[in-house]
Amino acid sequence: MTERRSRSHVPDVAGNGLLDRRALLGRGIMFAGATAAGAGASLTSAAAEPLKDDPWSLTMGAITPPRQEPSRFEKNVVRTLSNPNHEFRNSHARTPHHLLQGTVTPAALHFSINHSGLPDIDPEKHRLVIHGLVRQPKIYSLEDLSRYPMVTRMGFLECGGNSAPMFSSEPFQGTAQALHGLVSNSEWTGVLLSTLFEEVGLDPKAKWFLAEGADSLALHRSVPVKKGLDDAMIALYQNGERLMPGNGYPMRLLLPGYQGNMNIKFVRRIKLLDQPAMSFYEAKTYSQITPGERFWKFHFLQEVKSFITHPSAGHSLKGPGFYEISGVAYSGTGRITRVMVSADGGKSWGQAALQGPVYPQAFVRFRMPWRWDGQPVVLQSRAWDEAGNVQPTRAEFVAARGQTERPVASPLAFPNQHYNSITSWGIDSKGEIKHVYA
Amino acid sequence: MSTRSLLLSLALTAVFGAGTALAETPGLGKNITEDDIKPWNLDVLPDGTNLPPGSGTPAQGAPIYAQKCAVCHGEKGEKPAPGYGALVSPPKFDKIDAFKSVSYYEFATTLFDVIRRSMPYTTPRTLNDNEVYALSAYVLSLNKIIGENDVMDAQSLPKVKMPNAGKFIVRFPDRI
Repeated sequence: MTERRSRSHVPDVAGNGLLDRRALLGRGIMFAGATAAGAGASLTSAAAEPLKDDPWSLTMGAITPPRQEPSRFEKNVVRTLSNPNHEFRNSHARTPHHLLQGTVTPAALHFSINHSGLPDIDPEKHRLVIHGLVRQPKIYSLEDLSRYPMVTRMGFLECGGNSAPMFSSEPFQGTAQALHGLVSNSEWTGVLLSTLFEEVGLDPKAKWFLAEGADSLALHRSVPVKKGLDDAMIALYQNGERLMPGNGYPMRLLLPGYQGNMNIKFVRRIKLLDQPAMSFYEAKTYSQITPGERFWKFHFLQEVKSFITHPSAGHSLKGPGFYEISGVAYSGTGRITRVMVSADGGKSWGQAALQGPVYPQAFVRFRMPWRWDGQPVVLQSRAWDEAGNVQPTRAEFVAARGQTERPVASPLAFPNQHYNSITSWGIDSKGEIKHVYA
Repeated sequence: MSTRSLLLSLALTAVFGAGTALAETPGLGKNITEDDIKPWNLDVLPDGTNLPPGSGTPAQGAPIYAQKCAVCHGEKGEKPAPGYGALVSPPKFDKIDAFKSVSYYEFATTLFDVIRRSMPYTTPRTLNDNEVYALSAYVLSLNKIIGENDVMDAQSLPKVKMPNAGKFIVRFPDRI
């Protein structure tokens, strides 16, 4: 400890080299560390290649395109697919969290689950109908809704089956993309559903509404009117542009903090009801079996969760020294208030810096400075939210929800739903990273 | 507060005071009747609301199933094609990853609804209501939830006693 402190000029706050988060402010204590590192670097610079002009610096570059694509050197930053041959079944595309930073998921990399492919919807012909227990049923075109007062908000969307491989009795080996790729975060813009409810006039008997998509399954889910009046949105834009087809073009229901499947894509019909519809997806897929043959229904919330994206499986550490640990935290019940990080498998914890502004029901990026001494470590993160909810430990989670009897072999298995416990990354002395339970 | 800003404030109250009670919305949606919505209004509720006229039996459902459903869901709902779900399983859910077939559902109306709105997978909404009743009856009878000669219609389907009925717990009741 003493030796580590004198080398970095930053005090450790927890075991295995976690440093004070204030070192990230770029002032004071970190300044001393940076000076020392700079002095060290200049002594070894003789090993570097001499600077020269590369070919791209000596000629006019490529044409500026109307819609730009990432550099050709970033071709590996893609979603992983569960149904690349487009068989007659559902398909999943997972967000590569271990290759991204910040909080906004690029629209092209937003996760997408489609149960019967992507409908090719002509936005001029698409209609949204609101009916059932209302004073006056109404029909809206995209052009109509595009003239309405809009709101913009950050919001995560997470599949109820995200992180499901972690129900496995043994750690499933995969990247943050394989484990947690069914959550993403965007800036959404659209019309509040409460505005449209005002126009159709809700019957006091209306306690639920069903939302239905224009996909071939006419996929539908039931939502309490309470949520519809609170913060539900008919989203028209994602990160400033029209929704991606895989995210519901030309309009989708957005229910901040609620299970992804309820956020009906391609929404074409909303019907006010006095009871839930008990649709296929709420009656079966998103109803959880819990130990003792007790079955949960209406598990609306995506509960408080965090996971470390850097470093994580798929990366390797290039020798001892300084690294920033960072990841994302989010909660369906409000703003994240605190994230703690451990480098010794949960024996000691240090508080991570939260990169503001911190929005409710949205990703926040947490950061923790770390000096690795080259010994094996286990990295973990744990989040708290403003409603007082805390991310459970794995032991707590398994005690309440159980785990599989045999190891899960595939990320497509979805043994159960709504897993939100701590993710542990074990790093060996070579810097190789594996998913572990700790 | 100056006299001028007080007057302005009073004037704004006069203009918007009434407006807040009757919130201003663009009102661009067009009126439509429930009759116009019929082609999309396919949902069936657990109490049987919105079930159409018609009926079907397991015997009537068997040949339709063999022709239009077995290719994915397997003969008699038991041995589905790779990647597809079986429709028949014993109602035993003592493991957290137990397979949930039709016997898991709390209400039989869910089965009718999903067949009518989503099936057959490649040609959805091509079955008539009698066929949907017959297929529902056939799949319920394969699961031994109804008898081989039971007739399913708007009266009998919501009354089917599902094996898991009464075992479901609302996870977040304060959010309803």
